[in-house]
Amino acid sequence: MSNISRYLCLFIFTPLFSLAQNKISGKVTDSKKHPLPGVNIALKGSYDGATTAADGSFSFPTTATGDQLLSASLTGYQTLELKINTAAGEQLNIVLKSAVNALRVVTISAGSFEASDDKKGTVLKPLDIVTTAGAGADIANAIKTLPGAQQTNDREGLFVRGGTGYETQTLIDGMLVRNPFYSSLPDIPGRGRFSPFLFKGTTFSSGGYSAQYGQGLSSALILESIDLPERSSSTVGVSVIGVNAGLDNLSKDKKTSYGIEADYTNLAPYFNIIKPKNAPNLGPEIIGTSVNFRRKTSRTGMLKFYGYGNWTKMGFNSNSLEYPGYTESFKLHNNNVYTNLTYRENIGRDWHLYIGASFSSNTDNIDADTLQKNPGPSLIKVQSNLSQSRVMFYKNLGRFSVLRFGGEYQYAEERSAFNRNKANFTDNYTAAFAEGDIYFTPSFVGRVGGRAEYSSVLGEMNFAPRVSLAYKVNNFSQFSVAYGDYYQKPEPQYIRFDRNLGYMKATHYILSYQRVATDYTFRTEVFYKKYADLVKTVPTYNNNGSGYAQGVELFWRDRKTFKNVDYWISYSYLDTKRDYLNYPFRVQPDFAANHTASIVYKHFLPKLSTNLGLTYSFATGRPYYNPNQPTDKFMSDRTMTYNSVGVSASYLTNIRKAFTIFVLSVSNVLGNKQVFGYHYSSDGLRRDEVVPNVPRFIYLGMFMNFGIDRRQDVINNL
Amino acid sequence: MKRLFLAFLFTGSLATVAVAQSAQYTEAMTKQTSDLDSSSTFTQEALQQKANTFERIADAEKSQWLPYYYAAYMQVMQAFTLKDKSQIDPLADKAESNLDKAEALSPKNSEIACIRSLVATARLTVDPMTRGMKFGPEAAAQLEQAKSLNPENPRIYMLEGQSLLFTPEQWGGSKSKAKTTLELALEKFAAFKPESSIAPHWGETYTRKLLEQSQK
Repeated sequence: MSNISRYLCLFIFTPLFSLAQNKISGKVTDSKKHPLPGVNIALKGSYDGATTAADGSFSFPTTATGDQLLSASLTGYQTLELKINTAAGEQLNIVLKSAVNALRVVTISAGSFEASDDKKGTVLKPLDIVTTAGAGADIANAIKTLPGAQQTNDREGLFVRGGTGYETQTLIDGMLVRNPFYSSLPDIPGRGRFSPFLFKGTTFSSGGYSAQYGQGLSSALILESIDLPERSSSTVGVSVIGVNAGLDNLSKDKKTSYGIEADYTNLAPYFNIIKPKNAPNLGPEIIGTSVNFRRKTSRTGMLKFYGYGNWTKMGFNSNSLEYPGYTESFKLHNNNVYTNLTYRENIGRDWHLYIGASFSSNTDNIDADTLQKNPGPSLIKVQSNLSQSRVMFYKNLGRFSVLRFGGEYQYAEERSAFNRNKANFTDNYTAAFAEGDIYFTPSFVGRVGGRAEYSSVLGEMNFAPRVSLAYKVNNFSQFSVAYGDYYQKPEPQYIRFDRNLGYMKATHYILSYQRVATDYTFRTEVFYKKYADLVKTVPTYNNNGSGYAQGVELFWRDRKTFKNVDYWISYSYLDTKRDYLNYPFRVQPDFAANHTASIVYKHFLPKLSTNLGLTYSFATGRPYYNPNQPTDKFMSDRTMTYNSVGVSASYLTNIRKAFTIFVLSVSNVLGNKQVFGYHYSSDGLRRDEVVPNVPRFIYLGMFMNFGIDRRQDVINNL
Repeated sequence: MKRLFLAFLFTGSLATVAVAQSAQYTEAMTKQTSDLDSSSTFTQEALQQKANTFERIADAEKSQWLPYYYAAYMQVMQAFTLKDKSQIDPLADKAESNLDKAEALSPKNSEIACIRSLVATARLTVDPMTRGMKFGPEAAAQLEQAKSLNPENPRIYMLEGQSLLFTPEQWGGSKSKAKTTLELALEKFAAFKPESSIAPHWGETYTRKLLEQSQK
């Protein structure tokens, strides 16, 4: 400091010191009278002020005189300004109100599990799906560790709260995905067709979902693709069952990106070493490829394209149950293409526009034969093409409330041929929906909506009202209730033969409580679901089926108690009965277990930079049909209980400039016997257990990612 | 003549006020920045107090980038001392809003980029497993940005050295590389001439401490 200014300092300040200094003191509390430490108390326009102590008190001298503006501010609270008189010398009592931020605002949560990086307070992160042991990086398999989903590992799809796999719809960016699972053979479940890395958000709704979506009686799996990647990169992967490579390119202005990926899977070499129960006679081989293009068209606009194609061939021989000594051959060729284009933009005055279009085509060619026996092979060809377009407008009302409405059109072509017999049909499906999220207060929200649908093949219209309410008790806990009607077309194989069928219907009632803190989550739900108009196949095709499902579910996740350990436990109790297809009366169906539980354990070892994972799943026995029982004992037999322990270890390292992960995972590591049901010969004399084709699967793979900065991760010891 | 005299008197007194205010500013800032290398500053309470004081000065002045900058620096350091990780993001938000104000007053500033790098690192610590992919590279990119704006800023090399030191080797960390970078930082500190007594000049003591650790 120069001498002059030092002199001036002295000159200017000296007279002030001779003035009487005023002291300002007081105490700051929150609205519940708890003292608030760390509050910044400031006299506006001056440096004078203080920070409150642990008991909320403050005191500071000031040279300011007369009426002044005093402000009190603290993160998470609304800043308070008040006029004071410096000379008054009174003890100030200041009460700060908590600020309303996104974290404190209640969200509709009944029936839904959300995995997201963007939103705070979600139960799962996208990475949690990838790192769940035993799930094999498959989204649906990871979802099966959550309450509500069944351990139905003999067929693909998510079986939720007493519903079949057909009753769960998969959506990517709001657009329906037909055939989200690889076509597969009887008793062998197909994996999901898309990589979990493509999605920034995953919502698993086990009931009570929004009027935006329809045609799922039980559940919706809502996937939201990532916007632009963080940076350009390329990946290479090698495993015991195949290879894959991909490229992601982000433009210099960070507004446009494209990605391309290809993979090849061949299980034949693996099955040569580890003999499966049924030997392959074709493949199994899968060629897959996917492309994406994303462009930020303006500050608020986003255009996304995503498409994939898969070509599968696989076949197995098995011993014939019907004709002892003979061999049954089953071969499948599948082609599947899916494309999805969406565009979002803010069109001004708080109005937003969403437009989407998708096209998918799936062809299964099946060749089933009892070898060296008449008649000749059965050739089955099933093809389904679906075009979909969707438009939605939404408007923000006030700070949090939203109004949405829109419509949807689908054109479906369902073709099938059994040898020379063809049964084709087309359907024009239109739907309109409207829904409002109305915030009565930041902690009390109601969602009211409805959906109307018309299907030309059924020649019928429906209207489905949906209502949910959520109330946040405090920063962590909230209660929700949901009610809704859900309609779905019968499966194509029934509509093919009877055009007089109508919609199947389910009504959901859900009550849920959840407590979400940074490091732990507790959730419980009770539900009741009523089924009506289910398809029956006897005496002729009709809609006279019915049923119910009710239960209690618990979920607990803890990331705090044990260092570097993250675990969750889920439990579902399910009581369900239905009368559908050829059932003589209401019984517990063969895909439903009464008790289901999972424990997912993840342990990170920072020194070895290794992730260890363990997943244990349990389910009580499921009913199966035994033709030797009298009719009144239909489906009264139960399979053995299901136990499965999956483990995985992934080691993260750098090889030259590539970020590399080595993965070892073993399913059913203890070799527990798993029986999902029984097949009987038509005379009921012989039976065959339905078991996994390989009791234990060992997977070893290596994935390399180039282009990620080396210093990226784990700078967490600071 | 009388008018002229009055005018003189008027401008004279205005000038006095202007200089006086900047003197008050300089004095307050000198006091607040003098102990930034002392370990007693780096407790939760002391950091919060300093952050609040800098914010008060910033709000009263409105035209100076330094108090905003120092408030952000204190807030991000406070974020590192927090046990409750849910409080890190709100503090990082606050620091970032102060940095935005600082940057509006002093664009293309290497010192501000350094603090932005620290903010990214603080956000990363909330959940390294899921946030590493995003905030790790951002922290590094901000240091690169700082380097391109002023390669002579010693704090860039201090932060780089720190990250090399605390990153596990399989992730690209290295004690020997940390040592070289920290030694470079000390050279830069020796050559560094802060623009004024209150311009950023912190970090040399901490760099020496880091260097000791890297030699262990």
